Amino acid sequence: MKLADIRRPENIVSCKPRLMNDKNMHYCPGCSHGVVHKIISEVIEDLGMEDIAIGIAPVGCAVFAYNYIDIDWIEAAHGRAPAVATAAKRLNPDKMVFTYQGDGDMAAIGTSETLHAANRGENIAMIFINNGIYGMTGGQMAPTTLEGMKTSTTPYGRRVDLNGHPLNITALMAQLPGTCYVTRQSVHTPAAVRKAKSAIAKAFKNSMEGRGTSLVEIVSTCSSGWKMSPDASNKWMEQNMFPAYPPGDIKDVTLNEEK
Amino acid sequence: MTSEKKSINDSMEDEVRLMKGNEAIAHAAIRYGVDGYFGYPITPQSEILETLEAEMPWETTGMVVLQAESEVAAINMVYGGAATGKAVMTSSSSPGVSLMQEGFSYIAAGELPALVVNVMRGGPGLGTIHPSQADYFQSVKGGGHGDYHFIVLAPASVQEMADFVGLGFDLAFKYRTPALILADGIVGQMMEKVVLPPFRPRRTEEEIRRQCPWAVTGKTADRKQNVMTTLELDSYKMEENNERYQRTYKEICRNEVRYQEYMTEDAEYLFVAFGSIARICQKCIENAREQGIKIGLLRPITLWPFAYDRLGELSKQVKGMLVVELNAGQMIEDVRLSLKRDIPVRHFGRMGGIVPNPSEVLEAFKREFIQEK
Repeated sequence: MKLADIRRPENIVSCKPRLMNDKNMHYCPGCSHGVVHKIISEVIEDLGMEDIAIGIAPVGCAVFAYNYIDIDWIEAAHGRAPAVATAAKRLNPDKMVFTYQGDGDMAAIGTSETLHAANRGENIAMIFINNGIYGMTGGQMAPTTLEGMKTSTTPYGRRVDLNGHPLNITALMAQLPGTCYVTRQSVHTPAAVRKAKSAIAKAFKNSMEGRGTSLVEIVSTCSSGWKMSPDASNKWMEQNMFPAYPPGDIKDVTLNEEK
Repeated sequence: MTSEKKSINDSMEDEVRLMKGNEAIAHAAIRYGVDGYFGYPITPQSEILETLEAEMPWETTGMVVLQAESEVAAINMVYGGAATGKAVMTSSSSPGVSLMQEGFSYIAAGELPALVVNVMRGGPGLGTIHPSQADYFQSVKGGGHGDYHFIVLAPASVQEMADFVGLGFDLAFKYRTPALILADGIVGQMMEKVVLPPFRPRRTEEEIRRQCPWAVTGKTADRKQNVMTTLELDSYKMEENNERYQRTYKEICRNEVRYQEYMTEDAEYLFVAFGSIARICQKCIENAREQGIKIGLLRPITLWPFAYDRLGELSKQVKGMLVVELNAGQMIEDVRLSLKRDIPVRHFGRMGGIVPNPSEVLEAFKREFIQEK
């Protein structure tokens, strides 16, 4: 068999999505953002949504998401992505509007906008990157930082008596009648990537079917902020993040509808 | 069940009606073809949201009306809606407008057309629900971070409340610069005769794509991606962005200065006042002229851009100017910057929600300019 026979389109098992630009990514090695960007691009392509997709980028490491995924974007003020998405979707109901937010954006400065958009049942999807740390500003404590976890503003570890408890905003969001689909995923193994991809596809479809708000949390790594190698980060995430933020579907109203 | 209440929008278009300034804003917005209103209740402007909810324009023109969870959310909804090329607005009063300042800065930096209404109340802090003009500095000098301007319109009547909705949006779209209607609690709350503007259809998707090629409308095969961002880490490019904003502002200053004069032809003294207090000054001028004191009035209609040139000319004509404001002396700084001749410029202001009557203004004038001789 010649090499040319192998390199045929039908034999391709993995490639760069068409919607991903050729720009060099600013994300650190081992960071989950790159993988999530890739599967979002694939989902938009697979669902044929590139001309109706509007992404709302956060403030945080993903502020430059628009540099990598070749769709229309609005870059929101810190925490305000759900408010921006609310108006974009209500004024353009035929568009697929999604937010892409980190833990600080969603669960600290933007908690009000996040909860109220979901409680109104806005027909938007929220992708929530939870790595328990502020990556872009240099590794400060996030609302989701685990108890005892060291960050640049909790150098001796997060203390509940001083810094309060880690905020499980995804569990909170599942309580709201406006959410239709709330799930927690990760992208640290090929199997996890496949599951996360189908979760994002479901969230995007829900947005167009008018079911309400979908939230896909991706428990993520921040090798630079955690000061670990990418491999060690994945292991640390499994051992420490998963007990506090266990992967799996928390709420899915579409299951009841199918029955 | 059919409703007995006939919507004001069903009746004759050019009929003279009696309503509050806040209500006029709401009706004018529906008639202009505004795509979306996002607001949060606060006295003394809640009638804007209330009127819109009662009129249910989503069933007629398709206008979206949403009560947001906060002023912070409301202004960011305006940012998001405007980024998609839609004509969107919000309204609030002083403490709420303070909360919106971050969003103001983003909307200006994004060069987004949008309309904000501030029906001012007394401050600082939670202050009072009574009328004030103490947000002049915040409105014309900035308020949010960075070098930016809103086009600021100051209505003095219910008619102007209605008219400035259309004017504000027209200017905002013409210059891709947000507009602010800076009203005071009096103009918002008082009832007056008003003729509402005629109905215009909302723009179609096609028209929006043509008018706003920059808008975030979904990337189609015929164009590159549109990104609405205010972030630019390359300092040279960020300076270019700022230079572009400033070029727009200069053009606005050249073309859009608006003001109204009253009895300035033979005036020996000049009142400078904006909004409702300008009308009190008008009455005061009539009383003064009966006593042989020739006062005129310049009422800035645009507070930014400001009528520097015309005031400069008038400074060569009059012996002195009294700036009358419902604040501790804010616009007076711009009046002083206008002078082309060294004449006394004094201030008379009431604060905390107090509105002076014409004779109080005249007494203040005499105290400053007549009795001191």
